[in-house]
Amino acid sequence: MIRAQLPVLPLVLTLTGALLVSILGIVRPRVAWPLAVTAVGAAALAALAGVADVVAHGSRRYAVGGWPPPWGIEVVLDPLSSFMAAVVACVAAATLIAARSPAARFYGSTIAAFYALALVAVTGFLGVIASGDMFNVFVFLEIAAIASYALVASAGGPALAAAFRYLLLGTVGASFYLLGVGLLYALTGTLNMADLAARLPALGGSPLFVGGVGFVLVGLAIKTGLFPLHGWLPDAYTHAPTPVTALLAGVATKAAAYALARMVWYVLRPVELPVPLVLTWAGAAAIVVGGVLALRAHDVRRMLAYSSVSQLGYIALGFGLATPVALAGAYLHILNHAVMKASLFLVVGAALAAGGRPLVGALGLGRHMPVTAACAIVAAISMIGLPPAGGFFSKWYLLQAAVATSRPLAVAAILVGSLLAAAYMYRFTEAIWATPVAHAGAGDPPASMQVGLLTLAAATLAVGLASAALMDAVLLPAAAGAF
Amino acid sequence: MPVVSALPAWALMPSAVAIVLILLSRRRPALRETWSVLAAIAQTALVAALLPEVLAGREPAWRPLTLVPGVPLELRADAFGTLFALVASTLWIATTVYSIGYTRAEQERSQTRYFASFALCLCSTVGLAFSANLLTFYVFYELLTLGGYPLVVHRGTPDAFRAGRVYLLYTLTAGLLLLIAIVWTGRLAGRLDFVPGGLLTGVEAPAGALWALFALFVAGCGVKAGLVPLHTWLPLAMVAPTPVSALLHAVAVVKAGVFGIVRVTGFVFGPVVLDDLGAATALAWLAALTIVAASVGALVQDNLKRLLAFSTIGQLSYIVLGAALGTPEALTGGALHMASHAFLKITLFFCAGAIAATAHLDRVSQLTGIGRRMPLTMTAFAVCAFMLAGLPPGVAFVSKWRLLGGAAEAGSMVASVALIASAVLNVAYFAPIVVRSFAPGAPGSPRAEARPTMVVPLLATAAAGLWLGLAPDAGGRLLTLAAMTARQVAGAP
Repeated sequence: MIRAQLPVLPLVLTLTGALLVSILGIVRPRVAWPLAVTAVGAAALAALAGVADVVAHGSRRYAVGGWPPPWGIEVVLDPLSSFMAAVVACVAAATLIAARSPAARFYGSTIAAFYALALVAVTGFLGVIASGDMFNVFVFLEIAAIASYALVASAGGPALAAAFRYLLLGTVGASFYLLGVGLLYALTGTLNMADLAARLPALGGSPLFVGGVGFVLVGLAIKTGLFPLHGWLPDAYTHAPTPVTALLAGVATKAAAYALARMVWYVLRPVELPVPLVLTWAGAAAIVVGGVLALRAHDVRRMLAYSSVSQLGYIALGFGLATPVALAGAYLHILNHAVMKASLFLVVGAALAAGGRPLVGALGLGRHMPVTAACAIVAAISMIGLPPAGGFFSKWYLLQAAVATSRPLAVAAILVGSLLAAAYMYRFTEAIWATPVAHAGAGDPPASMQVGLLTLAAATLAVGLASAALMDAVLLPAAAGAF
Repeated sequence: MPVVSALPAWALMPSAVAIVLILLSRRRPALRETWSVLAAIAQTALVAALLPEVLAGREPAWRPLTLVPGVPLELRADAFGTLFALVASTLWIATTVYSIGYTRAEQERSQTRYFASFALCLCSTVGLAFSANLLTFYVFYELLTLGGYPLVVHRGTPDAFRAGRVYLLYTLTAGLLLLIAIVWTGRLAGRLDFVPGGLLTGVEAPAGALWALFALFVAGCGVKAGLVPLHTWLPLAMVAPTPVSALLHAVAVVKAGVFGIVRVTGFVFGPVVLDDLGAATALAWLAALTIVAASVGALVQDNLKRLLAFSTIGQLSYIVLGAALGTPEALTGGALHMASHAFLKITLFFCAGAIAATAHLDRVSQLTGIGRRMPLTMTAFAVCAFMLAGLPPGVAFVSKWRLLGGAAEAGSMVASVALIASAVLNVAYFAPIVVRSFAPGAPGSPRAEARPTMVVPLLATAAAGLWLGLAPDAGGRLLTLAAMTARQVAGAP
């Protein structure tokens, strides 16, 4: 019965794809892109089937190898993990479809390595999301991270330093997480999340618990790029090749943000500790500081990177406010941000390929790239949070939660963050009108890139129109699991 | 009482479809402009088709989808929304015809973007006119902000981009304040529907919270409505092509702000709650201040379009004043002034554009003798200017008379003084233009009216203004719609 396999199907598909790409693609580089797109596309379909299955039949657990938990490895398909897997797989699919021509130009004969690494990274993200086991989250985080370090480094030059910094901080994050898991294991004797969640209430308040929570949180916050632990993010996003950045900015930090939410609200539930307060404040600070830094950036990729820091702040803020609407709004923002940021980095890639320079206001989108410019505007509208784009609706729910919990500072942060986003996205999009044609013969990118861009733009608007249905069917049930 | 009908949604369709058709026919200007004209006519016809239902007290309403849990996207044609939609759609026809002449005369670039943005703006305007709740209103309100931006920066000059930046800074900030106000209202009242007489009536809340909420709403709508001191974007936005100033910055965008204020005072707070708070008096003072300050501002302008912009700022606050006074007479006058000012001011802008496109003059001081060269245009200008100042038999006389009656009814001295002072000031800034333009000019300058596509629309809107003054309830039954709005809000039989 294929339905019983739905929890593991997406990551099995991408892992198989990675294997096939790395074997066949080295012999015949031309098959790398079709193979990779088929694998991640199939994974996306499987993940969407997973969402439909959870909505229709409820959660599903899968004991890998037939070993039952708490000893065996458990994979869980519940509203939250099914939603996140669908976000990661679908955005990765759109990104890899669009990556065809920029990746081919950039990597040439080593193209197979790019697609193999990308698929390994996606497998890692999907694994983090599907895993029902604390230790396996670590394993998949590291699988994804190692592939990501290699992808960032593949640009050479300044990217090597950025990748090294990413590796150092990423390893610190992973070590913190592992240390935390170790402490929790020492306290409870289990690594299975459901089992751990059941045992912890009786043991709460012990120093081991406090230490475990602290290490897990800091580790995952580094991986998420949550201010002030975002140090690895701007350089990595600025110097990596744009297809890589689109993939990482779209989904990498989201998988870690998912792990953060999962640990805090579904497993550890540190109700006596000031964790919600810390997340709220860190989120509010991230929104404002990230926005200011994005406004001051000159390189358009660095601007988008700091914008990610700011947008991740919204997600953390939602985690911190911790009402069902706030969590659901944060999950919706994960989706929105994945879509719009992947879209924007692809736009930058297309503009650079057409001869533009990576400077804010000099990107050269001009009137010779109408499709790219239109997609950039849709993503910008979503980033600022204007209706009817998806970004408006996540902001609506976060604002609703902030007002309902009487947090004027959170309201102010959301407001200031939107204005900052309007300002930095304005600098980005004004060039669409202002800048003359970059060079003769420049035009919209090839069909594969246009398909990816238009899919993401359509998704931005579709999420906006379908947000109420998404909330009722998936996100509110996902958030309800936390309480 | 609401009846289920998709007709209000159909009224949005022509402009929505036109956006796509205009973009697709970018290589064939004649076809592109045909789509614009057809969309404007179809939109007006569909809004007019709603009239019998609305006048019979039925409110056709439709909910195509849910925006957020508990809040549908709901379009409902009530008297006030229909009034606004009817005025905006009718004037869109005139503006489109005028635009065709203007863009050819001025050789504007990017005309496809221009006509597409216009269609988006009109789609949003009708959408917000028919919005049945605050969230639906907000969606269209922000779409209107976005649709207006390409038109403000249309010329692509540094000045245009500066005006565009100021426009976005003001409108987006205001939009965020409005958003917070809406979320907060939902928290207090549990729903977001526009209820005649006030959604918040009977809702228990501390006075301080209600004051803060009201301030957020007024700031949120006040930017588009040009309330002093939030008005500075509007004179700057006059850098846009004249048809944009005419339809968006005298009718659609700015009236959307005023429309929002009337919705907030009449359908969210309600006259009872506002009176208890004392907020109605504060708003009346703000409106009176705006009326007088803007009229004084208009006195010192030399650029004709900027002068008209200041005049617009003042005239818009007549409507705000009507909403603040809250008596049936004042509300009727205010609602009718939505139409009065629209017909008259759009004519004045059309005239300014005709002069700029034909004689290449944009300063009042350059206009000596222009009336002898362009007699039709300047006659229309003179007639509409004096009608706008409130001289009978213009349509603005009807609305201002009712406002004055409402001020007396409410016993508001400040409103009466502002209304009378403003009438004098209006004459004071319009009369010199008219006198100068018909003075003997440079000898030998030939008669040279603008092309017919520009002159015919401006004569048509001027004639409509005059006709509405003689028979304010003819045509679209505008006076009846205004009176129905007032009855609904004030709760009178």
